[in-house]
Amino acid sequence: MAQHKVNYLQDGGTPIKLTTIDKLVNFGRSNSLWPMTYGLACCAIEMMATGASRYDFDRFGTIFRASPRQSDVLIIAGTLTKKHAEFMRRLYDQMPDPKWVISMGSCANTGGMFNTYATVQGADRIIPVDIYLPGCAPRPETLQYALMTLQRKIRKESIFRAHKKKRLV
Amino acid sequence: MRKYTPKDNVQRQAPFSDRFFVSPSVPRFDISNDEIFSKDYESFTKAFKVKDAYIEHTHLVLNVDKNDIVEIMNFLSKELEYDMLIEMSAIDYLAAKDGYELFYEMLSLSKHKRLRIKCFLNKDDAVESITSIFDSANWSEREMYDMLGVKVLNHPNMKRLIMPDDWYDHPLRKTYPLQGDEAASWYEVDKIFGKEARDVIGPEQRDPAAIDRYDTERFARLGHEVPYQTDIREFEPITPISYQEEDSSKIMKKLKPEESVVLKRRR
Repeated sequence: MAQHKVNYLQDGGTPIKLTTIDKLVNFGRSNSLWPMTYGLACCAIEMMATGASRYDFDRFGTIFRASPRQSDVLIIAGTLTKKHAEFMRRLYDQMPDPKWVISMGSCANTGGMFNTYATVQGADRIIPVDIYLPGCAPRPETLQYALMTLQRKIRKESIFRAHKKKRLV
Repeated sequence: MRKYTPKDNVQRQAPFSDRFFVSPSVPRFDISNDEIFSKDYESFTKAFKVKDAYIEHTHLVLNVDKNDIVEIMNFLSKELEYDMLIEMSAIDYLAAKDGYELFYEMLSLSKHKRLRIKCFLNKDDAVESITSIFDSANWSEREMYDMLGVKVLNHPNMKRLIMPDDWYDHPLRKTYPLQGDEAASWYEVDKIFGKEARDVIGPEQRDPAAIDRYDTERFARLGHEVPYQTDIREFEPITPISYQEEDSSKIMKKLKPEESVVLKRRR
């Protein structure tokens, strides 16, 4: 028998979905994290493997973009040398807000085995880092996990609440 | 009586030192042993002055004067058919001899022979560029300047190759500290944020086991957790540790050793 009146608030399968703005915005943000195509050293090989078909970053909505203007995530994949530090900072500044940073591998986290004059001792001296991913080099599964951790972090954020500024910026 | 030596940290000390130790060196052979090299050497000595010459690891090594280097390279490539410059660089002898030793590794494809030209360069002297003869010397000479500070004359593009242009000092010198001097340790901070930011960012942390107990952003205080990014520098909250067997749980009991019994036989 045809139903003449739809009770929008009670019936299942109604065209109404109730949610909060935070959840809606974070749903969009966390499921379309576009990282920048940016590899510095051997970690970049693992990052490429993560993006390729076996591990398939695309199913997280993560599509590598070739421009900082179109990306939300900066994955620092590899050794950051002092010569390159200013270019990394420039690329980070060119990314539009909101933006997040994953520091991938020991070298980006702390300088790693390169305890020398030419290596930045931790990328967080230059830019604020959200996720530190340990490993040398981290396997693609761990980079996936880092991305999922970042997604969880984003889903907890509120677009109305002011965030505590991270160090420096 | 025998001299007392402290026994702690023995692993870092050498167990003994040989009184008759002779440091190993590569054997040097006379040039007359090799037919092709002796011919080359003969025509070479007619044109240039050679300080020292021998065969080492099947390479002919010629120690020459640094002022002749361009003519020598011309001669070697045109007359003696040593047509490739495989590698060139310098060795730091600033402490011992107040200068650098330059070496040029050559290869002859027609003769299947390798030859090394060596020359000594005083600290303040400059060597003539051989880029006009071998293009491969272009980057090698730049690297030599960059890493050791050897001055090269008449080079088409004389600037640093590896380090940034505004880098201070030459890192491959023996006197350069491995972890960098002051300019190196603040390089990226000065360049990006300016010198004022040094206080905010702080010195480099080079201890791989360093832990900051007040840093609630990057370290989890296991058993004493506080919310992320809480500032606990002034007031450190006391978080009592409780175990679930202490109360409420009926299944788990804390073991009291004095009440325990060891069975003599299986029940």
